[in-house]
Amino acid sequence: MDDGKDHTISQKIRAEFPAFYIGATLYRGDLSIHLKREGIVPICTFLKENPALDFDYPVHISSVDFPKEAERFEVVYEFFSIRKKHQVRLKTRVPEDDCEIESVTSIWPGANYLEREVYDMMGIRFLNHPELKRILLPDDYDEGYPLRKDFPIQGRGWRDTFDFPV
Amino acid sequence: MATENPPTKERNPHLPLLRTEELLLNLGPQHPSTHGVLKVILSLEGEKIIKSEPVLGFLHRGVEKIAENITYNQFIPHTDRLDYVCAMYNNFAYVRAIEKLLNITVPERAEYLRTIVAEVQRIIGHLFWLGTQALDIGAMTVFFYTFREREVLLDIFVDLCGARLTTSWYRVGGVERDFDEKIIADIYRFIESFHEKIAEYDTLLINNRIWLARTKNIAVISGEDAIAYGLSGSTLRGSGVDYDLRKVAPYGAYDKVEWTVPLGKKGDTYDRYWVRMEEMKESSKIVKQCLDQLPEGPYKAYLPKYVAPDKERVFTDMESMIYQFKLYSDGFDAPPGDIYCGTEAHKGELGFYIVSQGGGKPYRLKIRAPSFVHMGAFDFMAKGYMIADIITIFGTYDIVMGECDR
Repeated sequence: MDDGKDHTISQKIRAEFPAFYIGATLYRGDLSIHLKREGIVPICTFLKENPALDFDYPVHISSVDFPKEAERFEVVYEFFSIRKKHQVRLKTRVPEDDCEIESVTSIWPGANYLEREVYDMMGIRFLNHPELKRILLPDDYDEGYPLRKDFPIQGRGWRDTFDFPV
Repeated sequence: MATENPPTKERNPHLPLLRTEELLLNLGPQHPSTHGVLKVILSLEGEKIIKSEPVLGFLHRGVEKIAENITYNQFIPHTDRLDYVCAMYNNFAYVRAIEKLLNITVPERAEYLRTIVAEVQRIIGHLFWLGTQALDIGAMTVFFYTFREREVLLDIFVDLCGARLTTSWYRVGGVERDFDEKIIADIYRFIESFHEKIAEYDTLLINNRIWLARTKNIAVISGEDAIAYGLSGSTLRGSGVDYDLRKVAPYGAYDKVEWTVPLGKKGDTYDRYWVRMEEMKESSKIVKQCLDQLPEGPYKAYLPKYVAPDKERVFTDMESMIYQFKLYSDGFDAPPGDIYCGTEAHKGELGFYIVSQGGGKPYRLKIRAPSFVHMGAFDFMAKGYMIADIITIFGTYDIVMGECDR
């Protein structure tokens, strides 16, 4: 689980934030760093501001559901540095009963919509987000969060109540 | 912002005192220039945009959820329907991500075939964009010219795979079928005359005062802001940022041919138009060189665990029959792990983040759709411009809502 620990980027993060660093993996050339969720804003600020790292480009923010594990949701951030041409993926875990994590919208404004989509699809709330509401699903959608693993692919029956004209 | 406040005039004392307030206007969801179904709630002060809030999701189909319930190969036709004007490149981006996960390489000829078709698709995408952008702004003629060339290219796609838009021609480990002589001759013939066609579009637009007035200094975004908002593709390069995944992380045959990345200077709509026009010329260069260099060899890898074997083998060889049966019933067994693979589609960086836990279906598949990320910068780019510019700003991203809403 820690085969990416010798990578320069993970070494820098581990040296700067030993309390938040859990491990790093290298798979097919992609570096993933596992973090504690309290560290997401300080580490993202560090990634953006540090001139040697210079992660200026938010690639994607997504989430994965692991229903059997204690900390159920994984929030995945992927960043790229256009000047330095390197990539990093950050992974943090969020438990189901306290599904919250700090927003990084103040660091990269492009994170706004990406985080809203994670909230919409997986139900993870981003604290200090400028307008956290549903984005792809309707505002009055009441069936929960469709990308959770316990959500049936057919939906929960809301559609059947619609009165479509024949 | 580029627009300045109009000079304040002395109020005419004979006119009655008018009440002014912010006007809320719904644009869409049914509007011909939104390229799909998109609503924007505009806050206006007179004709000036104070705030714009895109309302997305009218075309949401839950593609990411569908992907978790079908095998990797079954998802290829779903990628066609993301950005339905540019299906080939979506296929390409997806199979590339799967190949990264499986850690397989494709034969050299297949890389060339993929690059040629991808660049032909890029030309189609840019022609579509140019025609519709000009149509939205009011220059209808351009549309007829660009769609004339687009039809020629779509006919080539019909010969190649039988479909115009929903192509599904790319396969994990290669492509579905090889080029024949006719297709190669048709592409050559098109590329030879394409420069004259671009010159024709230029005669329609380059000195067109309306076109210039409606694109120059509209929706200006600096390179720094464009990066922070995650813009990509021609939209980012219009702001002068040299970021093209075909150069940064070369795939296909892009590193074996000579071409350049055109960059804008100011980051306005006109620069993005210029970048796309130049990209079409570069694409035709890439296609020509690839056709000249096209090596002989197989068009898909022989990896029966992941790639369906040839039909001849299937009908004559028992193992191949079993492999084919296993592939089409259970799918291939992907190794556990997670990868992200971005590809330079003609709209921007189209990426797939795939989490596998082994087995034939993805555990999680996230699509990084350029149109969606671009919509995140919409409010920032539209603020301070006139209501008529909204249409230009939609167009300048080259958005397709099928990809944005997924």
